[in-house]
Amino acid sequence: MSTAFGSPGAQTTAEATHPGDVVLDVVDLTVTFPTEEGQVRAVSNLTYQARLGRTLAIVGESGSGKSVSSMAVLGLHNPKRTTITGSIRLDGQELVGAPRSTFERIRSQKVAMVFQDPQSSLHPFYKVGKQIAEAYRAHHNVSRAVAEKRAVEMLDLVGIPNPQRRAHQYPHEFSGGMRQRAMIALGLVNDPKLLIADEPTTALDVTVQAQILDLINELQKEFGSAVILITHDLAVVAETADDILVMYAGRGVEKGYAKEVLAQPSMPYTYGLLQSLPSHSEDVHELKAIPGSPPSLLKLPSGCSFHPRCSFKDQVPGDACWTQLPEWRPTPGLANRQVRCHLPDPVATLRQDEGIR
Amino acid sequence: MSDPTLLEVTDLVRHFPFREVQGLRMVKANVRAVDGISFTVRQGQTLGLVGESGCGKSTTARLVTRLDTPTSGSILFQGRDITTVKESQLRGIRRDIQMIFQDPYSSLNPRHTVGAILGTPLRVHGLHRGKEKQRVQQLLELVGLNPEHINRYPSEFSGGQRQRIGIARALAVEPKLIIADEPVSALDVSIQAQVMNLLATLRDELDLAFIFVAHDLGVVRHFCDQVAVMYLGKIVEYGDKRKIYEAPEHPYTQALLSAAPDINVARGIPPKERIRLVGDVPSPINPPSGCRFRTRCWKAQEVCATTEPPLVAAENDVALRGAREGGLHRHACHFPEVKTHLVAEVEPA
Repeated sequence: MSTAFGSPGAQTTAEATHPGDVVLDVVDLTVTFPTEEGQVRAVSNLTYQARLGRTLAIVGESGSGKSVSSMAVLGLHNPKRTTITGSIRLDGQELVGAPRSTFERIRSQKVAMVFQDPQSSLHPFYKVGKQIAEAYRAHHNVSRAVAEKRAVEMLDLVGIPNPQRRAHQYPHEFSGGMRQRAMIALGLVNDPKLLIADEPTTALDVTVQAQILDLINELQKEFGSAVILITHDLAVVAETADDILVMYAGRGVEKGYAKEVLAQPSMPYTYGLLQSLPSHSEDVHELKAIPGSPPSLLKLPSGCSFHPRCSFKDQVPGDACWTQLPEWRPTPGLANRQVRCHLPDPVATLRQDEGIR
Repeated sequence: MSDPTLLEVTDLVRHFPFREVQGLRMVKANVRAVDGISFTVRQGQTLGLVGESGCGKSTTARLVTRLDTPTSGSILFQGRDITTVKESQLRGIRRDIQMIFQDPYSSLNPRHTVGAILGTPLRVHGLHRGKEKQRVQQLLELVGLNPEHINRYPSEFSGGQRQRIGIARALAVEPKLIIADEPVSALDVSIQAQVMNLLATLRDELDLAFIFVAHDLGVVRHFCDQVAVMYLGKIVEYGDKRKIYEAPEHPYTQALLSAAPDINVARGIPPKERIRLVGDVPSPINPPSGCRFRTRCWKAQEVCATTEPPLVAAENDVALRGAREGGLHRHACHFPEVKTHLVAEVEPA
């Protein structure tokens, strides 16, 4: 296995499973869609692993490919229109090119997804308890009564008060936070090894967001599953994730332990994002914005996609930033860190810049 | 402190009436979106309105711009009562009070060129007659866009650039007060800082006053001088930004600050205390009696259910600073208590 995310540092993992085991191994994943204006490579040569008992945050802005890559894991792309190459191995099983029946079998049983908007991802016509029970029955040969009992247990587990009564209500009778809890209950009912949460708290209020993030963390400890948290919010990552993968324009650009990456980024994009954030715990005079805007996937810049916005490209000898796509390489001086950047010593360069500012 | 008061809002109320079927009867009810709030904004100052969805912050913004008419209360702009000014007389107000919207995609007409979008307010108000094009180009330059793009359509711009067009449109008529309703929350993280910096520069250069509505506590701290924290149609705490963030007294403000994830955690500076609220915000149709926050408050006692706490000056603040107008810290709580360690403590740079 690749050592991108080493397991020796896995302190927060559950004991019952084998913490650190790779559940999802994505290698060289490329996802291409045809559009009116030409082929769009939404994800290019993406490689990452998700491990049991750990939360991997995939961070990026809109169009960075963070959601597209995980939709590929669930087989949610239209196979007639989407070209997927590379390899996605879930629990040892290859999913690229797998038939629909394979995805139907693994969804919910091995991998579940929690979406941003719980309003639109629960079925409005069916009672919440019934939806959870159906998901359970799809993979377990049990009676309705048993499944419904299981649904009530799950609602209780995710902290919904009065689960017996709530199971007989419709989604519209739930508040936003409750719906997201129900969504998580639905996701976890078959005890999947991997939970993908795509911006699970973006639509929620701050106080409810804190509850949901705590819940995901607690459940992960209990179930020992792997969690992929897709988000644009670096503060959420700081508080919840073990590992991080930063994406830009369809590619991974930096990966490592979440707290370390956020404390000491070694790719100018990650650094720029962190510098531009206003904090609610300190006053800053002016925000240090990244100039320009993310590139169109139809017209990616040559070489490193970030170079037009990068303020460090002059420190790279020659014209590598303009002409060569940087390969993954370990960061000098930082264990467990990989970065796509031509800077000879990114950590020193960025640290020096921080000192100047 | 000598800045003149621009806007004075007193006991502002907006109820949205609706009918509901209960059994066999039709029952009249109200969504009490804004339920008696007061605040002032001085020239060149920025007031932040923060709170969760349904707290009434956007309704307040719409009332102040008179896009909506209050149920009761008064809004004074430069001493003039604009609470019930008729539609036909609103034009004068619109010149002084402008709005920046959240969504740069839906707030610009896709069939109008940038020139038309920015030229319309000039024509409506009869400004820069005969020199509209020069003024439009000047506006584009002011917000950091290429003046040669005057004939382009909104679809040819990125989200951040569109928000700049929205800002230019608000500035076209040289307003004194700008209401910005979540102006950066629809933008990508790397673009948010650019737009925030632009707004701050314009504010300082043009001596603008702002009412800044946002849910992102970091953005509000960065941009505002004063902050009003809202909960279910009421202001629960109101005062100087520093005091609100570093020594809040109302339990809701404390919980809000404590719940917001902070990037400084990654830098190894965890907050000393964490408060987690239970449950959700109650419905504004039938808010809890007494203090509206009591159903989620860990300090709630009997008096909280029976008596509504008024928004009063914090005692220690009065002692400290005397009754200095406008600078007072106010809170609406029966059991206020200063908490200081809710956010990560960062050494001042």
